[in-house]
Amino acid sequence: MIPAPFDYHRPDSLEGVMSLIREHGDEARVMAGGHSLIPMMKLRMAEVPHLIDLQAIDSLRGIRIDGDKITLGAMVTQHELIDHAELATKAPILREAALQIADPQVRYMGTVGGNVANGDPGNDMPGLMQCLDAQFTLHGPEGTRTVAARDFYEAAYMTARTDEEVLTEVTFAATGGGYAYEKQKRKIGDYATAAAAVLISKSGGQVSAASVAMTNLSDVPVFSQGAADALVGTDCGDAAVDAAVAAALAEIDPTEDNRGPVAFKRHVAGIIIARTIRGAFNRA
Amino acid sequence: MSNKMHIQLNVNGEAHEFLAEPRELLIYALRERLNITGPHVGCDTSHCGACTVTLDGKSVKACTMFVAQANGAEITTIEGIGSPDALHVLQESFREHHGLQCGFCTPGMITRAVKLLEENPTPTEEEVRFGMAGNICRCTGYQNIVKSILAAANEMNAQPSSSEAVGHNKVEAAE
Repeated sequence: MIPAPFDYHRPDSLEGVMSLIREHGDEARVMAGGHSLIPMMKLRMAEVPHLIDLQAIDSLRGIRIDGDKITLGAMVTQHELIDHAELATKAPILREAALQIADPQVRYMGTVGGNVANGDPGNDMPGLMQCLDAQFTLHGPEGTRTVAARDFYEAAYMTARTDEEVLTEVTFAATGGGYAYEKQKRKIGDYATAAAAVLISKSGGQVSAASVAMTNLSDVPVFSQGAADALVGTDCGDAAVDAAVAAALAEIDPTEDNRGPVAFKRHVAGIIIARTIRGAFNRA
Repeated sequence: MSNKMHIQLNVNGEAHEFLAEPRELLIYALRERLNITGPHVGCDTSHCGACTVTLDGKSVKACTMFVAQANGAEITTIEGIGSPDALHVLQESFREHHGLQCGFCTPGMITRAVKLLEENPTPTEEEVRFGMAGNICRCTGYQNIVKSILAAANEMNAQPSSSEAVGHNKVEAAE
């Protein structure tokens, strides 16, 4: 498959990216690892006359851990997330989720920034970032602004990022307590039929804080405050988990596709959410 | 609209320079321009891994990378791993343990396995299966591929002098 022709740019600074976007407007598009964009270009579902490759911009790289504040550069790959010992201690849910994305080759190229900025409901990082209450930093012609992950997603492939902006980093607080990311998929490399991210803190055998989010069960990632509320103050027994699952399922809107009809997806979602909640509680 | 670019690639220790449209995929640059035909085009959709090469220390699918992105990179293909007269331990092991039938996926399998054992020289069976999950084989059912890789790991660990890389990061299976 041969994509439409394009001019290739590899700027070495964000200023360089901004000036290319200014010059080429709608015809320009930035690319991180390319593992969503290149297949779309090969199918000619995306045409990008000016492709701006971000690989040479050092300021977009690296995982920084400053006390409890964790910053991931947009070009950090899934492989780097998996490989980072301190991150695995400070926020182990990142590693658990990244290990379930695609396959090894794709994880060497696929980036955090691409995964969260693309707005594909199938991507795992957006749901995870809901759970972590992460902040996304956007750099544009007017300067830099920060948008909460929970306010970022508007519809499939539609986000709060404007065409002139580049997502430069993702920040969130280190996690305490228990965590789990569970994903049901048909095969390696597939998107989730249903996936969930859960963080739970425990105090005296009871849930003291919880965060529950889901992947690929609506056209945007879903954060469920209702599910968290159903868990806090309980011993995470069957009744509490059932109530949390019911609250989470009330907030999703899955669509039928080759992973199954809506009823099946809701069934799988219920099982995955319950399993993720119990997994996080048991680790707390 | 699309201008040709001056591309430099170092493939298997040999420098190559040529002009190419940026949209040319790395797999076609390797196969059709440089006549390096070990990496295969299997699915052309980033699923099968037959086109796997090592690029700047990463296992990548050469069907999902523009030649422009690879500009300046160091690439190793199956041709750089062993030769008919001097097979790599993994190649010898695939032969010994019948780790291939039609052989189409084998260059990608072995190129990926070399990197896997570099990063994790003592993998469990589960880790081998997880680390090879980006490579599809339609003949073997994978049993003998896994067996070949585990046997090669043992062999390489038994001769520490011949194992050039010492991996340190074990990636356990997630499922």
